[in-house]
Order: sequence, then structure tokens, then C-alpha cells
Amino acid sequence: MKFKILALVLVSLLTFGCGSGGGDKKENVVYVYSWGDYLDPETLKIFEKETGIHVILDEFDTNESMYPRVAEGAVHYDVLCPSDYMIQRLISNDLIQPLDFNKLPNAKQNIGAEFFKQSETFDPGNKYSVPYCWGTVGIIYDKTKVTDPVDSWNILWNEKYAGQILMQDSARDALMIPLKLMGKSMNETDKNVLAQAQEMLIKQKPLVQAYVVDEVKEKLINSEAAMGVVFSGEALIILEENPNMAFAIPKEGTNFWIDGWVITKDAENVDNAHKFIDFMCRPDIAVKNFDYLGYSTPNIAVKELEENEAYKNSPVAFPSPDVYAGQETYKYLGNEMDEYYNSLWMKIKVE
Amino acid sequence: MFNKGLRNILLTPFLIWAGLFIFIPLIFIVWYGVTDYGGNFSLVNMGLIFKHGYLDALELSVALALISTIICLLLAYPLSLILTERQRDNTTIISLLFILPLWMNSLLSTMAWQTILESNGIINQILRLFSLPTMQMINTPGAIVLGMVYNFLPYMVLPLYISLAKIDHHILEAAQDLGANSWQTFWRVILPLSLPGAVSGITMVFIPALTTFVISALLGGGKLLLIGNIIEQEFTFQYDWHVGCALSVILMIFIVLNMLLTTAFDPLKEEEDF
Repeated sequence: MKFKILALVLVSLLTFGCGSGGGDKKENVVYVYSWGDYLDPETLKIFEKETGIHVILDEFDTNESMYPRVAEGAVHYDVLCPSDYMIQRLISNDLIQPLDFNKLPNAKQNIGAEFFKQSETFDPGNKYSVPYCWGTVGIIYDKTKVTDPVDSWNILWNEKYAGQILMQDSARDALMIPLKLMGKSMNETDKNVLAQAQEMLIKQKPLVQAYVVDEVKEKLINSEAAMGVVFSGEALIILEENPNMAFAIPKEGTNFWIDGWVITKDAENVDNAHKFIDFMCRPDIAVKNFDYLGYSTPNIAVKELEENEAYKNSPVAFPSPDVYAGQETYKYLGNEMDEYYNSLWMKIKVE
Repeated sequence: MFNKGLRNILLTPFLIWAGLFIFIPLIFIVWYGVTDYGGNFSLVNMGLIFKHGYLDALELSVALALISTIICLLLAYPLSLILTERQRDNTTIISLLFILPLWMNSLLSTMAWQTILESNGIINQILRLFSLPTMQMINTPGAIVLGMVYNFLPYMVLPLYISLAKIDHHILEAAQDLGANSWQTFWRVILPLSLPGAVSGITMVFIPALTTFVISALLGGGKLLLIGNIIEQEFTFQYDWHVGCALSVILMIFIVLNMLLTTAFDPLKEEEDF
């Protein structure tokens, strides 16, 4: 008797599950998995209204936490928005599919050629991704406290500013700085060179006030530190809030990062996914997202449409090409090298 | 109290709960901890504790948790004693003083400490007002200990207060009748009778202090890594469940050790002899 009841419950649960699952499939949807707070929510409403396609948006906070969820296929997403090196990792593990650019007229028309060119470093032939946001990494500093010229990463080792320096709390972003100072690539795989870079960061640690992620904005707006390593998008927000600050990109070079839209290999709504990506490249939508985010956009039509004069004339939001020309982009270095970078970083942090 | 059938029925919901949400997850953690990516048995991940300076992080965690527990005990014991002596009218004050902070999200109160301790924070601004030299307080081990004590003090006070309040007044009077002075009454009567409360207080403070990662992340500025932070990073950033679980298992060993030690000193067991 007991078993019969149990079986009944199970069967009803299963049929219920199938029923609702089948229902979902017929619906006109697209599953999007993107960075947290990386879209103006209003643009999603416009998209749904215009196309009738319902957007189901999930958010991630690091590339590394996004990857296993996609790789294990626990949830089927159609569209993702990872960063450069993660796109390369997804390509190399056959987890995303080539895009049909005939379905992406807005992308072809509005995305600047130099961004497609830079994308080739991680997506050769531009088959898989459409750039969405980009930026650089630089030093933001308090003009009232920093008297030396800020044009080199070297200033982060200046003992005059002990306890006044904020660094990024991430393996690649932290090691990039000493690697660039040594004139090496940020995609360095020579363990001897990496050990030297690690040594430099250990030497720097007593001068560092804190290793930070998102809280860097808050701290610098409140003048908690004299300088900090920040992404250009964050710099734009800090500069707006704190007029004492200035942003500089060191002469040794920086990271030119790109986040792009891709479509997963096992996407069930490939057509809708293309429509969504193309919609995001439409100038009027790109402007809304740019205003919302503050990150530089590869969309060349945005600057003309931008109404906020402070943004429009900002060299941080719209840098001249010589700022980013010839800069490096992170590459996926393989699992083993990734772990090696992380172990170097952990050692620095517990030191 | 209940007959056997009724007892089993009443116990079933908890057993199902414990099985699903305590026992099975524990098995997963141990299983992940002792296997590698291919699912083969391996102690490599456990051995990582000896690499990358993780052992230093564990030592720091144990040291800071111990210091916080001792400070909590030293703060809470006299306080609970004073409060029990004026027992009658104090129940509302107790709940206000010690339950109310627990209503506030601990993340928020830790962030509040951040703004108090920062170099441009409230304390330093007051110091500057009087032209006194400012202090570097945030991102130090002291700041983490302060955060731990602030967050976990109620967990020390409550069991201590309850065990002290439970002591029968007649016992104290009997002690005095038999010629014990107040020091002897405290040392020979009150202290042993309050030990069960102290023991559960110590456990309730030491374990969360040992495993915390939020307090050290906010008040340590990412420069001081506790074992909790390393486990958190393994899960959220490096996404290596095997290493994260292996380190969790090692941390659990310390927790079990703490519990064994505290129960060894638990005077409740002796009461069975009476």
C-alpha cells in the first residue's frame, strides 16, 4: 500500500514536471546569462514589446563561476556575455557555436572594426562573439595627495604612498602589473618570469592598503586612499563623484579587455538569441546601456547619440585610439596555467 | 514522556531534515575532499594545506578565533553575573541588549565597523578634530578580532546568563551559612555551576569565529586571509570544489577537536553520578 502511494506521488510529480516543461518549450523565449547588473532593464522591456520574445535573465559575478554552470549543462542558456579569455576557453572546449552574421546586421554596421580586430586575439576570424563592452585598466589617483607624475605602474611601489594604495583582488589583474613593468606579456607562461612578478607583489604588499574588488569605487569616492588600480568604467564613475581624482593609463601598457555576446552550442532558441544580440547592437539600445553602465562601448554610433555632455567628452569613456591601440588582451592559458596563476596569487595574499 | 510509536512519528520530520540537509551534504563534502577531478580517491587536495602558505592562514584563523573567544568570555562573564544579581527587573534589558543586535544583519554591522575604523573613518575624524595623530586600524588583525567579538558576543552572554540565572539562590545562601566568603562562594559554587553555560558559549563563539570569511574580508582588506576566505575563494573564484571541500574537512577536524575538548570539561556529565 505504502509503495503504491509513493509511486502515485512520483508519477504525478513526473507528469506535472513534463507538462510544465513542454509548455515552456513552446513559449517564445531566450535564456540570457550575463554579468550582474550589466544591462539597462528598460532595454529588456523594449525587446519584449517589439519582438514578443520573453527574456529570462540570469546573472553571474565572475567568469569562473559562470563557466562550470554552462559546461555541466545544468541549465540551458542561449546567450552568454563572458570576457575575452573565457570566450577563448568556451571555444576551445566546444561549448559555443559560430554566429550567423547575416542575422546580425546591426552588429556588422555599428561595432567598430578595431574591436573586432582586437577580438581576434581570443576569437580568431570573429566567428563566435560580438563585442558588448570594453575597457582598460589604469591608476586613479587623488591629485591633492599624489605629487609625483602618474605615468608608470612604478608609482605603486613608491614608499611615499605606503598604506594609500588599493590593488585589484584577482590573480590575472594583479600579476598583469609587474609583468608589464618588466616588459613582459600579461599572458606570460614562463614560470621563472612569473615567480619574479610574484616577488614584486610580495615586496609591494606592505604598501598596499587593501586588495579590493567592487568596493574600490566607494573607497576612492570617499578619498580613503591616494591611488588605486581600477577598470576604466569604474574610473568614470569615481571621476564623476570625486573631482579631486584623475585617471592615467601607465606607459608600460595595460589590459584591453572585451566582454562579448556568444551563443551556446546547445542553445534551443538560436534564432531568438541572434535577435537578442542584434537588438543589443542597435544604437538607441546601446546608448541606454552605456548610460546605465558607464563602461566604454564598441558601438561607434553611440557617441553621436549620447546626450550627457560629461560622458560624451570624457576621454575615459571615449578614449582616443592611441590609448588602446597595440594593447594586449588576456588569453586563456589552459587549466594548468590558470591554477598556477591562482596559486601564485594565494601565496601573495597569505604571505 | 511519549510512547515509542508517537516518539518515532514526532522524530521523523527532523530525521528526514537531518538526513537531507545535514548528513547527505556532509557525505558530499567528504567525498569531494578525498577525490580528484576524475573521481578517483586522492589525498592530494588535503595535502594542499601544506602548500601556498595555507597552514599560515589556518594558524592565523585558530589564533584569532581563540583570542576572540577569550575576550568574549572575559567580557560576558562579569556582565552576566551582574545581570543575574539584579535578576527580577532585567529580563527586558537583557533582551534589548543582546537580542536586538542579532536582529540586525551581521553583514551590515560589520560594514558599519568598516566606516568607523577606516583611515577617514569616524574614529580618525574625531582624532583629527583634536589634532591628535590618526591610527591605522582597518586591515589589521585587531580589526578582525573586534569584528568577531562584536558579532559573537551575544552567543557567549546568552548561555552564560541562562546558566547563572538557573543557580538556586538557596545554594548560595547555604554556602554563606557554612562560612564561605564571597570569593570562595564564587570559586567553589558559582563557577562550577556556570561551566555548562561557559562551555556552550565557548563553542558557539569559537566555531563561527574559526570559519568566518565575511568579517575578515571586510575588516582585513583582503590582506589577511583566514582559512574561511581561502575556502570561499576555492568555491566562488577558482571553482575547485575538491580543494574547497578538502580544506573544509580539515577545518571540521578542528571543530570536532574543539567539541571533544569542551565536552571533556563539561561538568554536566558528572551530574549523572548524583
